[in-house]
Amino acid sequence: MSIIKNSLLVVLLCGSLFNCKPSDKKKALQEPANEALIQEEKPIKKELTASMSEGKKVYDQYCLICHQPDGSGVPGLNPPLIGTEYVLGDKGRLVGIILNGSNEGLEIGGGDYTNAMPGFKSLTDKEIALVASFIRNSFGNSAVTIDTKEVKDFRASFSL
Amino acid sequence: MQSRKKLNSLSTILMAFTFVLMVTGCKQEAKQEEPTLRVSSDNEGIDVPSGFGVLKVIDSLEKPRHIGVNAQGGIYVKLREATDEKGILYLEDLDGDGLIDKTSGFGNYGGTGIVVEKDFLYASSDEEIFRYPLDANGVVKNPESADTLVTGLISRRAHASKSFTLDKQGNIYVNIGAYSNACQVEDRAIGSPAMMPCTILDSAGGVWQFRNDKKMQSYAEGLRYATGLRNVVGLDWNKSTDKLFVTQHGRDMLSTLFPDLYDTKTSADLPAETLYVIEEGDDAGWPYIYYDQNLKAKILAPEYGGDGQKTAGEDAIDPVVAFPGHMAPNALLFYTGEMFPEKYRNGAFIAFHGSWNRAPEKQEGFMVAFVPFKNGEPSGDWEIFANGFAGKEVIASPSEAKHRPTGLAQGPDGSLYVSDDAGGAIFRIVYKG
Repeated sequence: MSIIKNSLLVVLLCGSLFNCKPSDKKKALQEPANEALIQEEKPIKKELTASMSEGKKVYDQYCLICHQPDGSGVPGLNPPLIGTEYVLGDKGRLVGIILNGSNEGLEIGGGDYTNAMPGFKSLTDKEIALVASFIRNSFGNSAVTIDTKEVKDFRASFSL
Repeated sequence: MQSRKKLNSLSTILMAFTFVLMVTGCKQEAKQEEPTLRVSSDNEGIDVPSGFGVLKVIDSLEKPRHIGVNAQGGIYVKLREATDEKGILYLEDLDGDGLIDKTSGFGNYGGTGIVVEKDFLYASSDEEIFRYPLDANGVVKNPESADTLVTGLISRRAHASKSFTLDKQGNIYVNIGAYSNACQVEDRAIGSPAMMPCTILDSAGGVWQFRNDKKMQSYAEGLRYATGLRNVVGLDWNKSTDKLFVTQHGRDMLSTLFPDLYDTKTSADLPAETLYVIEEGDDAGWPYIYYDQNLKAKILAPEYGGDGQKTAGEDAIDPVVAFPGHMAPNALLFYTGEMFPEKYRNGAFIAFHGSWNRAPEKQEGFMVAFVPFKNGEPSGDWEIFANGFAGKEVIASPSEAKHRPTGLAQGPDGSLYVSDDAGGAIFRIVYKG
């Protein structure tokens, strides 16, 4: 988001410094192109915030009980979701774990976790995309989001 | 008059000075004879009843689980995972101040169970139970050569720890925890049906009895002493009544699996964590029922058609004490020492590891509870004996807890030891009067 914001500022600044005379300033700011840019920023922000809160809803209902409100998991039982490749890395592997569960004792952060994670095949592609994107961008994590189409494709490839 | 007054006060000062000298002299002499325990001035942040004091004898061990103390006061510690090929530590206090001065180790396997009983040290991995003879000083004679008493016990990740205790006749009672939450076909999966009957109970979900003088026993040589126990991490033989007592970790996720029947608040509190007295052949009812401490009843599990109200399990035993849900009773100890006041004699101490399955509600536990006993039965309500292990008032996730009580042991002088597998500390609680 900050990149969009910054480039927008640069565009505005350049516009006012080089393209327009002082008297034209008002007019220049009213130009359709600029308005479109200004208006575009808000919906993108809104959409991201909305999908994060949708993702949090899915997390709260299905994941929080084991992985905890702060994603720190439970020592020895349920792995943390913070700073781990299993969450931040390969999208397919993450979607696979959410769909099919995991009970093989993945070593995460040097720890072993013994509880079985059930699969969540009954969730929709959209719900899985939302929750996967949520955990990739919560608890201090930052990674590209996963969209519904990607989940759909992964699900299809797993059931082959 | 004035000079007499002066003289009087001078002699008072002199007397006081002599007295102080005498007292400190005595104290120093006493110190040389019997060194005093270095009880922490703030009890290491642990709240204990008045008259008790706390020492932290060691800190930062790697996940210490159960502990045992020999007649000399040496502490044996079972580590969850072996570190540098050492899964058992032996801790010694050489100068008598209570703090550990010497640490050694052996036993290249992780686990939870460890018991010092007469001339032997017993310890378990997640599949086996070993026995080590002790010398006259309570030290393991040959750390590299242990007798394998029990082998081949089921260990399928969940609830794999093999806690155990011994009776006075040379029998070992070991927990073989159910590798499942509620015996669903797919463990913990929403909508997955329960097994009917629950076949896990054939080889797990109960307490098995073995002998302490036979090697290489497995299921064929053992006896399923009690069944229907999901996972009992705390076991102790009550020597005054000659009976086995266990603390069960109740099932998880009522609300996650059955949101229409249980809200998150109800699910945080249910079902009860339970203390049972066990007779041979007993069935505690898992997975078909659970115990509701508020309704004081055995309730049909929702996987088996329950609705949160329907009672069932008429043949299943009732707990002797029911605690709030999910607090994880990890150790049980009947106090037989003489250091603590009369009230504590033959009563039960229970180490609660602290919950996780109460989320999104705040977590509970992280304390040592006490249940007074008379004639082998609870004689009053349970109470919190030692608290504050978590290090802060509100714990949202268990990883925030500084210390998590896991093991209990009684020292030869009657001190109560508490191990902590989060901070790696071992606390010693003493009564000062």
